[in-house]
Amino acid sequence: MSRPILRADALSKTVQSGDAPLVILDGVTFAIEGGESVAIVGASGSGKTTLLGLLAGLDRPTSGDIWLDGHALSGEDEDRRAALRQRLLGFVFQSFQLLPALTALENVMLPLELAGADDAAARARAWLDRVGLAKRVHHYPRQLSGGEQQRVAIARAFAGEPKLLMADEPTGNLDNATGEDVADLMFRLNREHGTTLVLVTHDLDLAGRCGRRLSLSAGRLVGDEKAGSDPALHARPATLPGSMESVGNVGSDPS
Amino acid sequence: MKTLALALRMLRRDWSAGELRVLVAALVLAVASVGTVGFFTDRVKGALTRQANLLLGGDLLISGDRPLPGAFAERARAMGLATTPVIRFNSMVQLAGEVGVRPQNSGSDPNSSAAILTDVKAVGAGYPLRGSVMLADGAQGEDRVAQGIPARGEAWADLRLAQRLGLAKGAKLAVGEATLTVTEIIKSEPEVAGVVFSLGPKLLLNLDDVPATNLLQPGNRASYRLLAAAPTEAGLEQFRQWLGGELKPGQRMENVRDLRPEVRQTLERAEKFLGLAALVAVLLAAVAVALAASRYLRRHLDAAAMLRCFGATRARALALFVVQFVVLGIAACAVGVAVALAGQELLVYTLRAMMDAGLPAPTLGPAVAAFATGLMLLLGFALPPLVALAGVPPLRVLRRDLPRPKVAGVLAYALGAATVALLIGWQAREAQAGAIMVGGVGGLLLVAALAAWTLIALLKRLPQRGVSWRFGLANLTRRRFASSLQIGALAIGLMALLLLTLVRGDLLASWRANLPPDAPNQFLVNVLPDQADDARATLSQRFGREIAFSPMVRGRLVEVNGAALDTTKFKDARARRLAEREFNLSWASALPGGNRVVAGRYWDADARGAEHGMSLEDGIAESLGVALGDTLTFDIAGSRTTAAVTSLRKVDWDSFRVNFFALFPPGPLDDKPTSYIAAFRAPDADNGWLAPLVAKHPNILAIDVGEVMRQVQGIVDRVSRAIEFVFLFTLAGGLLVLQAAVAATQDERRFDAAVLRTLGASGRQLRAAHIAEFLLLGALAGLVAAAGATAIGWALADRVFRIPFDANPLVWLYGVAGGAIAVAIAGWLGTRSIVRQSPLAVIRQLG
Repeated sequence: MSRPILRADALSKTVQSGDAPLVILDGVTFAIEGGESVAIVGASGSGKTTLLGLLAGLDRPTSGDIWLDGHALSGEDEDRRAALRQRLLGFVFQSFQLLPALTALENVMLPLELAGADDAAARARAWLDRVGLAKRVHHYPRQLSGGEQQRVAIARAFAGEPKLLMADEPTGNLDNATGEDVADLMFRLNREHGTTLVLVTHDLDLAGRCGRRLSLSAGRLVGDEKAGSDPALHARPATLPGSMESVGNVGSDPS
Repeated sequence: MKTLALALRMLRRDWSAGELRVLVAALVLAVASVGTVGFFTDRVKGALTRQANLLLGGDLLISGDRPLPGAFAERARAMGLATTPVIRFNSMVQLAGEVGVRPQNSGSDPNSSAAILTDVKAVGAGYPLRGSVMLADGAQGEDRVAQGIPARGEAWADLRLAQRLGLAKGAKLAVGEATLTVTEIIKSEPEVAGVVFSLGPKLLLNLDDVPATNLLQPGNRASYRLLAAAPTEAGLEQFRQWLGGELKPGQRMENVRDLRPEVRQTLERAEKFLGLAALVAVLLAAVAVALAASRYLRRHLDAAAMLRCFGATRARALALFVVQFVVLGIAACAVGVAVALAGQELLVYTLRAMMDAGLPAPTLGPAVAAFATGLMLLLGFALPPLVALAGVPPLRVLRRDLPRPKVAGVLAYALGAATVALLIGWQAREAQAGAIMVGGVGGLLLVAALAAWTLIALLKRLPQRGVSWRFGLANLTRRRFASSLQIGALAIGLMALLLLTLVRGDLLASWRANLPPDAPNQFLVNVLPDQADDARATLSQRFGREIAFSPMVRGRLVEVNGAALDTTKFKDARARRLAEREFNLSWASALPGGNRVVAGRYWDADARGAEHGMSLEDGIAESLGVALGDTLTFDIAGSRTTAAVTSLRKVDWDSFRVNFFALFPPGPLDDKPTSYIAAFRAPDADNGWLAPLVAKHPNILAIDVGEVMRQVQGIVDRVSRAIEFVFLFTLAGGLLVLQAAVAATQDERRFDAAVLRTLGASGRQLRAAHIAEFLLLGALAGLVAAAGATAIGWALADRVFRIPFDANPLVWLYGVAGGAIAVAIAGWLGTRSIVRQSPLAVIRQLG
């Protein structure tokens, strides 16, 4: 078997909150292969976003190790981790996070320019075309709808040809229909380019479309199953964002 | 280079979004402020020093109170120098043949009179050795270079004299006992009278005509000069060395290097003052830059986090931001230099009437200095926020609730303080002036802020009507600290302007009004003993009473207590001048009015003779280091007179009466060459009644103090206007800080406005609330400024000038109204857009 593209080993994250230490993540261990699409699910406060931050090298664990494409993140300084991010990762956020002062084209060009690409504009244009926004390249984010903005963000994320796409609630700010379209796009590109997808989401529909689901509860990994083990999941209607409903009848019950 | 391209793109976008306007405006202001003053003073200095030899009319100027020894000129010529003699003296000049008649053509000049006190310069062949005399030509006023000098029997009048006497070419002038024909009008000539800014009208005539004027009497003060020019610096130096050993007391040598030290000193002082004044604007601009950069930090946090998330290192992110700011800074500084060039032209125009010679073109030096100031400002105050921005944790893309990076406190303050200290130190060039300035401005700011704080607290207690006023006031009081500082910053600029415009006028008016009503405003000088009767008669005929004439004898102090006087040991410039030149000695029986004996004993009214010693003025005695009982020896027309100091007097100089430093009893000076001087009050400037006297005795001079005071007033007016101009920059700085502060609170205001809108407030009410807030802010600033200006005015009047002070209600009115309007406009400009946005979008975005 090939080397996993992402590996976490006994990840823990504890922060000081007032007097007492607060354990956000506790001994999370898993490995993801290249090309997989993985959803990280869990109730609010279960540590999903923190986990994503650690996996992306945006934050440091209190203990434990992470390997990105075979590179160990622990012990690396911020500049080294930045270099790894540039090479390996793409990001999609809940609030799109487009720079309001740049056009759609310029937003997509940003990571390419940072990497020093000569043909940033051409590549950006191609990607915008691929996400169906060829006619909106010179528009500013405020002139685009939520769905269009997220598509620009997706173009931006994929433009650098990353090996891994990290998405934090990518459909969180979108209505159902638009969310579906955006999800379609992501998964299509995932299939076409073999990019590994790691999504943090409340959206069970979205989670259901992923090939694998990691469930977090109170900082612990409580579930790790592949798609297809519960066909009923695909039919489950999406929950409201931020809902506290339990994940499902699969995996261990929260104690 | 990719960084540069990306940085420029981000810059362009930020600029068109209006993000960086305040920052740029602040830099432009700072550079323009420093540049205007820098260019102007540099040009004036240039006029003095770089063209100094042209101003001298030669390389070297030798002058003395008596005719110079012929050996000077001979030796100079032997060494290969060119020389030409000059004599300068004052004389009453009038149109020949029309004694007592006001000139026809000068009807428009209310100050025209029959006889004009003129600065006469008699020149010989070869004048000037350097530079040239520029002649104005009739109607077109086209200038041409004069060839040669006035011929015998001719005279060249300058524009001022021509205007006041209504002269045209061909007019006949009476100068002393001679009649000369005016053949040219002078536009400018070298050897400026005493300063770049000259006072009196001038007349140029031929040396050979001087005897015919009969004006060079023993009592008449004249300056005998020799101009010299050397083909080589070595030759000049050689002559200078020789001359240094030959000069006697009363003779002076001036060359390019030490030209007019008093003027240079005055200019340096003025330069320092103006420079520091300009610096106040720079300091305010610094605050604006810091505020703007701080806001930039807040608004670009997401972008910075994004860059870091996408893989930019901290250094790369910092480079991106710094490049943007540096490019912006360079552009802004360039614009600032352009504004400064325009500004200094305005200054030159304001003061043009005071400057004879043209100024040299602006040089690069001040431009570089101003540019550097702007960049220093930028780096000192914008760098810390940028460093903080680049250091934003990339995790922020996922967690926006992370604490915002604060501008690293110590670093920011240290860098900012260092920049300020550097700028002030550079400008002040000495620790004391810089410290005073910092202390002064800082103190003022503190006091103003405290006053504002108190006023705001008081305001809250007032009954409040109307939602707009209540909300406006609430905004003000909510950020009381920031508001107080803001008011302080605005108040400084306003206060300076109020001081320079209204309070200055008040002080001058009060001083004039406080002069004794019968204080003399005219002096009759140089009346010879055999002319005294005629003069007395003329005056008593005019005024119906006897006017006292005081005798005056010129004498040089040569020994103190038998030891030869060493003039170089005097630190006081006035004492040194007196010791080098000549005292005006006088005698009197009774102690003159306005004098008070403070030491020793004054002689009795019937005392005569040398045994009674002499009486010295208290202040000059101290400057000269002379005490009661010391003996002074004077050289009077070649013979020596010695007297012991038997009393010291305090003189009330403000009375404008004739007074003397050194007073003798009747007797010792009886046989010495004497002239008489009288002071009287004439009801108006028309001195036509004096004309017959002057025509008969042309050496008599009539000095119109009122005229001199009018001219001084004119100078004070113009200089004030120039300083006002510089302080306008300060006011602009205060308004800019306001803009920056408004921009910094933009998001807060937008949120408030949105919430209020959802609660039912109309757009009009919101606008009214904003305007109310700024009107209040400005009115408070104006109030504090008026209070400050009044307080400083009182201090100046009471402590410095010792005149009564009349508080001027207009100061308060203009202060409060001016402040309110200016700030309301500036504030409204900054908050216009707030009211327009859709409330819901704002709340969603900012909530």
